[in-house]
Amino acid sequence: MRKTKFLVATVTVVFASLGGRAAAQHATPFDIRDGERAFISSCANCHGPDGNLIEGIDFGRGIYRSELGDDAIVNIILNGIPDTPMPPTPSMSEEQARRIVTYLRAWSAEGRVELEGDAARGRAVFFGDGECTDCHAVAGIGARHGPDLSRIGRERRAVELETALLDPGQIVQPTGRTYTVTLPDGEVVSGRLLNHDTFTVQIIDTSDRLRSFVKAELSDHGFAETPMPAYGDTLSREQITDLVSYLASLTGDTNE
Amino acid sequence: MSSRITISIAACCLATVASAEVTFERLLNAADEPYNWLNYSGTYDNQRYSRLDQVTRQNVDELELQWIWQARSLEKFEATPLVVDGILYTVQAPNDIVALDAATGRVFWTFNYENLPEARACCGRVNRGLAIHGETLFMGTIDAHLVAVDAISGQLKWREKVAEARDFYSITMTPLVVEDKVFIGTGGGDGGANGVIAAYDVETGRELWRFHTIPRPGEPGNETWSGDSWRTGGAAVWNHAAYDPETRLAFWGTGNPAPDWDGSVRLGDNLYSDSVVALDIDTGELAWYYQFTPHDELDYDSTQVPILADVEWEGELRKAMLWANRNGLMYLLDRTTGEFLHGKPFVSVNWMDGFDENGRPNQVRFPTPEGTEFRPHVHGATNWAPSAYSPRTGLYYVSHWEDSATVAVAGQFPRAAGINTRQTAMGQIDQQRFFNDEDEAHGVVRAYDPETLDQVWEHKMADITWAGTLATAGDLVFGGGREGYFFALDAESGELLWRAAVGGQVNAGPMSYAIDGKQYIAVAAGNALFTFALR
Repeated sequence: MRKTKFLVATVTVVFASLGGRAAAQHATPFDIRDGERAFISSCANCHGPDGNLIEGIDFGRGIYRSELGDDAIVNIILNGIPDTPMPPTPSMSEEQARRIVTYLRAWSAEGRVELEGDAARGRAVFFGDGECTDCHAVAGIGARHGPDLSRIGRERRAVELETALLDPGQIVQPTGRTYTVTLPDGEVVSGRLLNHDTFTVQIIDTSDRLRSFVKAELSDHGFAETPMPAYGDTLSREQITDLVSYLASLTGDTNE
Repeated sequence: MSSRITISIAACCLATVASAEVTFERLLNAADEPYNWLNYSGTYDNQRYSRLDQVTRQNVDELELQWIWQARSLEKFEATPLVVDGILYTVQAPNDIVALDAATGRVFWTFNYENLPEARACCGRVNRGLAIHGETLFMGTIDAHLVAVDAISGQLKWREKVAEARDFYSITMTPLVVEDKVFIGTGGGDGGANGVIAAYDVETGRELWRFHTIPRPGEPGNETWSGDSWRTGGAAVWNHAAYDPETRLAFWGTGNPAPDWDGSVRLGDNLYSDSVVALDIDTGELAWYYQFTPHDELDYDSTQVPILADVEWEGELRKAMLWANRNGLMYLLDRTTGEFLHGKPFVSVNWMDGFDENGRPNQVRFPTPEGTEFRPHVHGATNWAPSAYSPRTGLYYVSHWEDSATVAVAGQFPRAAGINTRQTAMGQIDQQRFFNDEDEAHGVVRAYDPETLDQVWEHKMADITWAGTLATAGDLVFGGGREGYFFALDAESGELLWRAAVGGQVNAGPMSYAIDGKQYIAVAAGNALFTFALR
C-alpha cells in the first residue's frame, strides 16, 4: 500500500478547514451517507462513480467548471443547466439536493492534509535546485511540455504529489502521457500527448512546439516512459516536503 | 451470396416530387425502393442494407460532402433520418421534427415539441428517429408521449400519453408501424419504471393493447421476482424493433432489471429483463421470449436492434435472428420459435463459461464487496447502435468495443478497470481529447459469419464507438466512432477505403438514399447531419 512510503505526516482530515462551505460544516454522517446514496442513483450514471467522467469536472477533488457555492449546485441539481446534457431533477426535493452537495463537499475534503513543509522554501526549490520549470509552468513561468501545475493543488492530493516526485512512473495521469514518434528521416520527436486517434497524433514536443503527425507516415510511434526524474536522490527529504507544500498551495487563484 | 442486384437509380427516382402516401405495402417492400429510407433501419428486418450501388469500392474515394444541416441542440444526435420521395425527416433532440430537402439540406419546416417540465431521461435527452405511415410521422418523446405529425404541414395530429413522465418514464426509441398500428416502448428502467410496449391506431391514437415487460401477479414469469421487487423492476424498452411479416411477430429487446446493481433485492431470473420478446402484433400476446442475461447485475441491457436474416445452420436454412448483445455474447436464434441455435463470445467475456442446451448462460463470476473485474464493461460490448447485414456478402457487420472491463462492487455502480476512466463515458457530441494506449478499450467494426459467429475481418479504431453501421450493394460498410471519423470499409475485406473527419462524435447509424439518380450517404455526427455523394 503506497501510503507507507509517504513522508507527508500529520494527516488531519480537514472537515474543519472547509472554510465557507456551510453544508459540510453542519453535515451529519447521515446527511453524507444519504447524499452519497442519492449521488450514486441520480448522478453517477453520467458523472461516473468517481465523479470525474465529465471533462472539467472532478467531484472527488472538488473541481468544477466554475467556482460554485452550495446554493448554486443545489440549483443545478434541481433545475439542470439549459442547453447542456445536465438535466433537471424535478422529482428531487431541495433537502435531498442539499445532501448531495454535502456529500460532494465531504468527498473532496477526504484525504486533505495539513502539511509540514514550508511552501515558500518549496517555491525556491521549484524554481531553483529542482529545475522543475525545465518542463513545467506555474502561472505562465516555465516550460509547457510538461503538465501545467498552476492548479495542481486543486487537482492532486499531497500524497499524490509526493508520489509524483519520488516515483513518477507509478501514477501517470492519462493527460500526462509521453508519446514518441520517429520520422522517416530518422528524427525522433517526443513530447506530452495532447490527443490521438486511429490516424493521427498530436503532441507538445520538448521544445514546446505543437506537433501533429499522420501515423501512417511515421517510421515508428508509440507511448513512452515518463521523462520525469525521481527526486529521491537529488533533493533532500526536507526539500521534497517543502516542494509538496508549495505544489499543494497552487490553486490557480493567484499568480502562483 | 445472392446474385448482384443492380438498381438503376435514374430510372427509379425522379426529382423531388409531391410525396405519395407511405402505405403499409410500401413499408413491407421498402427494399424495392432503395432511393427511399422508410424506417429506422430501412426495412423491417433491420438489415440496414441499401440496394443502391452507385458508390462502390472502386469509386468511394470520390465521395465528397454535399450538405450539412446543423441542429440547434447540444444533445447527442442519435437519429437516423427517414427519406420519403425527396424529403428527409429527422429529429433535433430532444423532440423537434425537421423536414428537409434531401438534395440540398434546405428546411421545409420544423415541428417544435415542448416536453413537460418533469420529463427526464437517464442518459441524455436524445431521440433515435421517426416512423411514417401514410402522410403521418410518429415520434416518441422524452415526456413519454407518442405524437403524430402531418408529414406535409408539420402540424400536430394527435398526442397520446404512453406513461407518466413524473414516474421516470421517457421515450427515446423509434416507433414501429405495421399495417394500421404504431408501436412504441418506454425507457426509464434504471429508475425503476417498468417497461411497456403499446400499440396505437395510426389514425386516431387510440390504444389497442399494452404489454408489460415485467409480468404482474398471476401472470407467468412474475414468480421470477422475489417479493414485490417486480413493481420497480425496470426491463425498459428503448430501442428499435424488428417485424416478421410471415409470422406477424414483432421483436423488441428489453433492458436491465432495476435496481441495476443490487440483485439481492430482486432474487430470481427477473423476466423479461435482458430478453427479446416476440409479440403478436394483433393482440400483444407473448409468442416466445429468450433471456440473454438472467438476473443481471451489470446493466447488460438487451436493447440492441435485432436483425432478421435467413441463415444456413447445420445444413438447413433457418429463419434466424442475429444479436450481438451488450453482455459480450453473439446469438443466432430461430425467430419463429425463439429456439437458441448458437451463441458465443465476440469480445473478451469472463462472466460466463458456456451455455446449457437451452441456451442459458452459465454465470461464473459475481459482484463482490471488494469488487470483481467483469468483461465486458458495464456499458457493454455493444450498446444501442444498430448493426448491419449484407445479403450480398452474407456477413453481419457490428460496431462495438473490445477489451473493455469494469469492476463490479456488490450493490454499487461499477468502477472502471484501469486508470483511464474515459472508457466509461457516455457518448457526447464533441470531439474529445484521447489518451488511451493500445491495451485499453477501443472500438472496432467487425464482420462476422452468421452461421459460425466467427470474426471474418476487423477494422480497429483507437477510441471506442457509439456509431452504427450501414451495408450497401456497392459492397461497402460505413461506420464511425467517438473520435469523429466517418468511414467506408470494403465489405469483403474490411480494408479502409475512405474517411471524412466530421469534427464530432458519430453517435448514430448511417443510411443511404438517392435523388435524381444520385446516391447519398448520410450520418449524424456532433450536432449535425452530414450527407456525402460522388463528386
